Amino acid sequence: MKNNNFEPKLLGIFCNWCTYLAADLAGVSRMDYPANLRIVRTMCSGRIDPQFILWAFRNGADGVLIGGCHPGDCHYIEGNYKTLRRYKLLKRVLKEMGINDKRLRLEWISASEGEKLQRVVKEFVEEIKNLGPISNDEAFKKLLTSTKGG
Amino acid sequence: MSEKPKIALYWCASCGGCEEAVVDLAEDILQVVEKAEIVFWPVAMDFKRKDVENLKDGEILVSFINGSVRNSEQEEMVKLLRKKSKIVIAFGSCAYTGGIPGLANSYSKEEIMNYYYKEGLTVFNPEDKRPTPQYIEKNLAFEIPEFYERVYALDQVIDVDYYIPGCAPTRNVVKNSIDTLFSGNLPPKGSVLGASSKALCNECPLNDTKPEKITLKEFKRIDKNQPEKDKCLLIQGFACLGPVTRGGCEALCVKANYPCTGCFGPLDGIEDYGAKALSFLASLIDSNNEEEIEKIINEWMPNPLGIVYKYSLPKSLIFETKNKKNGG
Repeated sequence: MKNNNFEPKLLGIFCNWCTYLAADLAGVSRMDYPANLRIVRTMCSGRIDPQFILWAFRNGADGVLIGGCHPGDCHYIEGNYKTLRRYKLLKRVLKEMGINDKRLRLEWISASEGEKLQRVVKEFVEEIKNLGPISNDEAFKKLLTSTKGG
Repeated sequence: MSEKPKIALYWCASCGGCEEAVVDLAEDILQVVEKAEIVFWPVAMDFKRKDVENLKDGEILVSFINGSVRNSEQEEMVKLLRKKSKIVIAFGSCAYTGGIPGLANSYSKEEIMNYYYKEGLTVFNPEDKRPTPQYIEKNLAFEIPEFYERVYALDQVIDVDYYIPGCAPTRNVVKNSIDTLFSGNLPPKGSVLGASSKALCNECPLNDTKPEKITLKEFKRIDKNQPEKDKCLLIQGFACLGPVTRGGCEALCVKANYPCTGCFGPLDGIEDYGAKALSFLASLIDSNNEEEIEKIINEWMPNPLGIVYKYSLPKSLIFETKNKKNGG
């Protein structure tokens, strides 16, 4: 369902050493990107518990963007590989739950890649705008109908 | 007449295994009967809903309710029992976390109805008849319960005091819980009774064979491979959920050479069992390559949701609506 007035709420969970610094860089370099993104900083993308992501979706996030260091660059050696594995499995599970798995995105963005961050956020906002609000997804429809029917 | 405390047992959407667990108490059940008077137990004794309605509010000391809430009859009954009971206990995985019936939450009501009344291989239903809650034929009105859009764990429908985990709860867990209840020394509301607060690995006889670090290139399916005896199932490549599951069952499945599937539910402090199990399983994968990771997941898990949320999909953070039905 396309709705051009729809402004998605996006949550970014960024690692302290790379992607968060890229966001900082984008900020100080005055690169603008849509204001739909709220950022949470974690010490490592490997710290991101799948529970955080489900919680975010349940509480109204239309999309979640995970940002970590490039493969091989993790401050904690292999935290981002763990992120990658969890991300792949979580995507499968989200799909089966009835949530469009495009609402979850993982990007490797280093501290110097302010421009990449800007591009990714722009792209992601566009993509989620096309998908529409998360309440359109099957899992949430079920929640809504049961509130009425019960 | 009788001064004994009254107890009630009821089942909702469940397989009957929990009732069986009570019967399994064998001679221990005599102690229960000695200490308490059973006022309602539809599966074993002839009581009617009227008998419960005639009781005063709060007259039942404890109601043990198993099964998840799937239709309107179950909702009415558990609300009635809640009103008449001082303590309500969610008995077994289905009542506690939604259980196996809860996996239906990954399908819509329509898909379920279509399968059972139309598409199923053995279904013959040319007139495409469906269950109708209010059905009238020849001036006779029949009422059947309404099938809900989704499955609820018990505490998503009524207030629940304690939880007894397990699919089904083991004899010792049931016995310990009953002892706790009659001891008068009640734990704080919301506690899990009769089980351990440590992970299953802690009591697993194979724990000594588990190394510090486990990484796996492939996962084996239990239906296609025979595990070696006396060796941690996880290092053999079977997805044993012991590390993220509450202990208390004395590793019954593992002792029978079958990996833990997580029926005792989450450890304290974990809100979403499936998410935690997913996180744990994914981090075992021994690969840093995107395609290879995908390949391992796809080959091993035709249905990952069914593995990590086998007993707890309705309690996933996504579907969590505390006491929503209660509020109307």
